[in-house]
Amino acid sequence: MNETPAILAEGLSKSFGEVHALQDVDLSVAPGSVLGLLGPNGAGKTTIVRILTTLLRPDTGHASVTGLDVVRRPAAVRRVIGLAGQAAAVDEYLTGRENLVMAGRLHHLGRAESLRRAAELLERFDLAEAAIRTVRTWSGGMRRRLDLAVSLVGHPRVLFLDEPSGGLDPTGRQQLWRTIRQLVTAGTAVLLTTQYLEEADQLADHIVVINHGRVITHGTPDRLKQQVRGARLQLRLATPTTANHAAERVADLGSGPPQVDASIGEVTLPIPDGVAVLPEVVRRLDAAGLALSDLALRRPTLDDVFVALTGQPTQPADPAGARPPTRQDKMATP
Amino acid sequence: MTTQARDHATAMAIADTAVMTRRYLSHYLRKPSLLAIALVQPVLFVLLWTYVFSGAIQTPAGITYVDYLMPGLFILAIVFGSANTGVGLADDLGRGLIDRFRALPMARPALLVGRTLADTARNAFVVLLMVAVGYAVGFRFHAGPAAALVALAIPLAVGYLLSWISALIGLTVRDPETAGTASLLPVIALAFISSTFVPVATMPGWLQAWANANPITHAVDATRALALGGPTSGPLLKAAAWILGLLAVVIPLAIYRYRRVTQ
Repeated sequence: MNETPAILAEGLSKSFGEVHALQDVDLSVAPGSVLGLLGPNGAGKTTIVRILTTLLRPDTGHASVTGLDVVRRPAAVRRVIGLAGQAAAVDEYLTGRENLVMAGRLHHLGRAESLRRAAELLERFDLAEAAIRTVRTWSGGMRRRLDLAVSLVGHPRVLFLDEPSGGLDPTGRQQLWRTIRQLVTAGTAVLLTTQYLEEADQLADHIVVINHGRVITHGTPDRLKQQVRGARLQLRLATPTTANHAAERVADLGSGPPQVDASIGEVTLPIPDGVAVLPEVVRRLDAAGLALSDLALRRPTLDDVFVALTGQPTQPADPAGARPPTRQDKMATP
Repeated sequence: MTTQARDHATAMAIADTAVMTRRYLSHYLRKPSLLAIALVQPVLFVLLWTYVFSGAIQTPAGITYVDYLMPGLFILAIVFGSANTGVGLADDLGRGLIDRFRALPMARPALLVGRTLADTARNAFVVLLMVAVGYAVGFRFHAGPAAALVALAIPLAVGYLLSWISALIGLTVRDPETAGTASLLPVIALAFISSTFVPVATMPGWLQAWANANPITHAVDATRALALGGPTSGPLLKAAAWILGLLAVVIPLAIYRYRRVTQ
């Protein structure tokens, strides 16, 4: 590949006092591709984004964006990047339009072009109706969309999205994913950080998994998923004592032996092929007269990735936050 | 850098500063409660000191207390308002806005210069309001309109300096509430132990030493001399030297902080 990488980082390290936030991180993103930076809270994702967006200097190592060194040529880097950080960094006391026009002026687009670009982005992010209200009156999801719109004002060649789906509802997330795909098709390179394997899987061409400031693995989503246990089917029997009976009935449908927790009547069956075996499971239990109180398809979570990769679970600050919010959403629409 | 490129960069920096100034002025106009407090407080100061304390305080012969007091109150009101700068910046920082601006291709000093200019515009409004209230309770400028204009410029210059100090504090302590309290500490030491309310000669000796070294004393003395008449060049030079000298230190420090700070 003789193309200049959109992002290239080599040997990045950064410490805050005693805390080694990053240690010897390498990464590379090709133009028009998406890199998913996956890791639990505190893994160092945001520190990487801050170094690449010129907000923070690395202690050692170097990084460039579209070939421009982030430490030596920060002003030039800022002209080619867009950043949407974890917080919806929009001005509450300005209207949506004013926020976008302000960003346009600060990108030196000129007055007329700033207005035109603002109108275009308000339309694209479905914010046109709220354009003349101050952002203070907006919902969290709308602010998040505006935040993303602001990051696109300067037509960035490289876009940094730090946990972009935080604060978005499922519709908002779908919309975000669509937007990212459009940008990538148009040649923009995207680095997005996420705690959700599903999000990285949906969007990223390449995934880098980091933990405690180190890259623990990287590769395509497919490669990564091969390292992870597949989906598991969780059956909850209406009568807990029938759990062993139910496990015998469905054992041959799984890729491994079912696990039984008789005390709560739960059977867990590994099913790498996902929903394909579901109808047969239900038929067999029905035929045997075994009533279910609950049935859930459990998809691999970030925890599963870490268990597979490191042999130990993550210790995120917020355990709930480390899992996809809708990991059973596949069951909702059979 | 070629001359042309430098001129272009300067023009861009001025444009960026104008954008930021406008942003912060919009904040004042769209936070009615903040604006109201900014206006009520100085009025309260005038009424409090002229009516509550005037009988108890000795002024130099031939000068009414309200004439003696008003120049000090201009500065006091602005001194108290200066904490807004640091609070606002700490708030921007906490919301991730400073990170966003720092990742934009805008001039580095634009945000801080814009913020301090917007605060100066607000201060000008406060001072004019105080002049109006002062006139209603008997205050008069005695040295003509030109001297009066310079007299009003001094509180604004003090305010500009204090805004930068507050900016440095806000970007250092990073928390809006701490920034508010921290910005008031120098204010109390500076504003009260000075010639603002009482002649320095009436203080105990050890306090006189502090009051005489205090830049606020020089600023108040200069404003007072310009408002009431009398020798002005001495206090004016001292005040200008203090303000410019401190600005020369604080502005680079605050901009350095800004270039390093992240949410």
